[in-house]
Amino acid sequence: MAVIDYPDTREQPTDTVTPPVQVRRKIGGLQRGSLFNLGGAAAAGLCTSALLQRLTALSGPVGFVVVAYVAFVVIYGVLVSLTDDAPVVRDAVMTVLMASCAALAFAALGLVVFFTLARGWAALRHVNFYTQDMSRAGPLAPLSVGGMGAALVGTIWMVGIAVALTVPLGLIAAIYLDVTRGRPARFFRTVVEAMTALPGILAGLFIYASWILIFGFGRSGLAAALALSVMMLPYVIRGADLALRLVPANLREASAALGAPGWRGEMQVVIPTARSGLATAVILAIARAIGEASPVLLTAGFTNYINGNPLSGPMVSLPLETLKLVQAGVPAYTSRAFGCASFLLVVIIILFSVARKIGGWGPGHLSPRAQKRVLQASARDVTRYAGRGSVGPSGRGPAPDRGDGTGGGYRLAGNR
Amino acid sequence: MTATMVPSAPADGGDRRPRRLVRAVPGAGDRLFLGLNRTSALVVLLVFTCIGLFLGIRAFSAVKVAKFSFLTTSAWEPDIHHFGIAGIMADTLFIALVAVIIAIPISFGLSLYISEIAPQRIKKTLVSLVDLMAAIPSIVYGLWAFYFLQGRTIGIARWMSVWLGWIPIFHVSDSQAGNPTDLGHEFTASTFVCGIAVSLMVIPILTSVMRESYSQAPLGEREGAYALGATRWGMIRSVVIPFGRGGFIGGTMLGLGRALGETIVVILIISPVFTANIHILQTGGNSISYLIANLVPDSSPFGVSALMAAGLALFGLTLIINFGASAVVARSRSGAESDG
Repeated sequence: MAVIDYPDTREQPTDTVTPPVQVRRKIGGLQRGSLFNLGGAAAAGLCTSALLQRLTALSGPVGFVVVAYVAFVVIYGVLVSLTDDAPVVRDAVMTVLMASCAALAFAALGLVVFFTLARGWAALRHVNFYTQDMSRAGPLAPLSVGGMGAALVGTIWMVGIAVALTVPLGLIAAIYLDVTRGRPARFFRTVVEAMTALPGILAGLFIYASWILIFGFGRSGLAAALALSVMMLPYVIRGADLALRLVPANLREASAALGAPGWRGEMQVVIPTARSGLATAVILAIARAIGEASPVLLTAGFTNYINGNPLSGPMVSLPLETLKLVQAGVPAYTSRAFGCASFLLVVIIILFSVARKIGGWGPGHLSPRAQKRVLQASARDVTRYAGRGSVGPSGRGPAPDRGDGTGGGYRLAGNR
Repeated sequence: MTATMVPSAPADGGDRRPRRLVRAVPGAGDRLFLGLNRTSALVVLLVFTCIGLFLGIRAFSAVKVAKFSFLTTSAWEPDIHHFGIAGIMADTLFIALVAVIIAIPISFGLSLYISEIAPQRIKKTLVSLVDLMAAIPSIVYGLWAFYFLQGRTIGIARWMSVWLGWIPIFHVSDSQAGNPTDLGHEFTASTFVCGIAVSLMVIPILTSVMRESYSQAPLGEREGAYALGATRWGMIRSVVIPFGRGGFIGGTMLGLGRALGETIVVILIISPVFTANIHILQTGGNSISYLIANLVPDSSPFGVSALMAAGLALFGLTLIINFGASAVVARSRSGAESDG
């Protein structure tokens, strides 16, 4: 399909003054011919499959789709081979195969999301679902009684504590990776990367083995938060490390050249520049932690009552509540489980879009307010500059550089 | 003007030795800053070390009793001192392998589609969608697998067991496939269903690692292939795929590591057996994470110790796979040799 139709210039006499009319070649996108091929092959594939289903003992939607797809690919290859040679046929067929892999993966994603939201809607439309706990909702209670209140409170506590623990620690550890080079930093980075794949159940088991069995504290929101922290920490560090590595080295060098000590350069140039990336890393780590049930499974315990105290007593989080409700196997509980899962899904999609939005800002992106501050500072500099210029040694307006380091032009771009 | 640009040239021109570069002595602020950074990195390392340490301490009493048979026994009855992870570890690997084998072709095609074929304007959206796929919690995939997927795979599993049953892994021993009253329960709660659901969770991992390394294939070599008359697929086959081989292997290993530790989907789907069940279509499977999640709350202290030992084995296996993966990804051609 990538056949390029070269304009035929052989017939042009070489001595003409007027250049041949240049037709712009279309190098990307679908040509009309290949569109016909695709459409024809798709129709033929569907018909073949339908025919086979009638004539033979094939049955079921899966068989239909598989046969139709195979027929489609074969017929498409044959159609392309009518006009083009073997490499082009291979190219066309492989392109279709790769595109179908993409379609399959995204169809599965869409199916998972819509299936969950559709089944969860029944519970989500009740207001009490967001405010009440499950203490008065027996297995036969309608959806207008009880809800995920306990899980909501628990999730907020657990994730809040985990964020408070991991974000400072993780960001400072990422700064360590940023300011030092050499073997220890490389080792640390490798360990962090390996730890991002730590199974959640092992984070929970670790807290169970230490916090609960060895130190003798009970199951509580705090224990669950600790397990979530163990799981979140590598995500925060790796995300922040990637964001910090995107800061251009010349900003750092500029700050050093102006005589700033390393820590000031880091705090006032590098980190503000990477702010959007760091925020993205933290938000994505939170999105990860909110949905994890396995670290919480062994450490939080389970309760039907709202527990506002993370230090004592069992607590429940949204994914854990979902799991327990499903395992109960009662229809009303299943609906509530889908409600919890849908709520979780919506929260994660929102967090994710926010992270994408912030992450889409380049390094040094300014919010409108920050932009205004920079402009004001710049205006102040201009007036100061003009005032100094009029009494300057040359007396001919502002000098670009007086060599005393006080000129207004020295404000760093990334500094605000 | 020129004189100021060569500040170090000695006036007599005699001493031409290069200047000695002295590392600046960091000030108090810098030392404090670096100290703080080092401390937090050490704390993080300490936490990670403690995971292995505490699991090891708690596992000690069980391993002391079971000794080497812990690795060879296929049973889980710790209270009569008859337990081992041979069967469970094999079942864990079966689930992970099914997931990765399903995920490999899809991720391969998807990552090539995103990096090579997709129009520029939708590329970023597709990358975000793949990331979103990775961020969806496993409980959501688990619900979907339990309520949507499981019933719909019975037909496929039955078809495979009838036509491919001569291959040992697709054999189902008590298949009722010819029986019209058969509901297909022997095909539910199987490693196969579990593997499909877990494959959805590892596809984004494989895809993002592969896409990353495919998109770094050097432009000069791509254009070289086109200049020699290659079609786009010819270029991909001769330049992009060889270049991204490290990402392919590394991404697959990372996905395998992730699939080994998956808990929630396994809890929802599988019905447990404690021996290695190679017949992936048939009911019954297990995984170490499932074992831990299921048995820790009501085990005796010795049973918990045995579970800690199982956890330690899973921890060691994931660590080895992940370290291997990052070594492969790091050692792959990263564009340094190319003149792109």
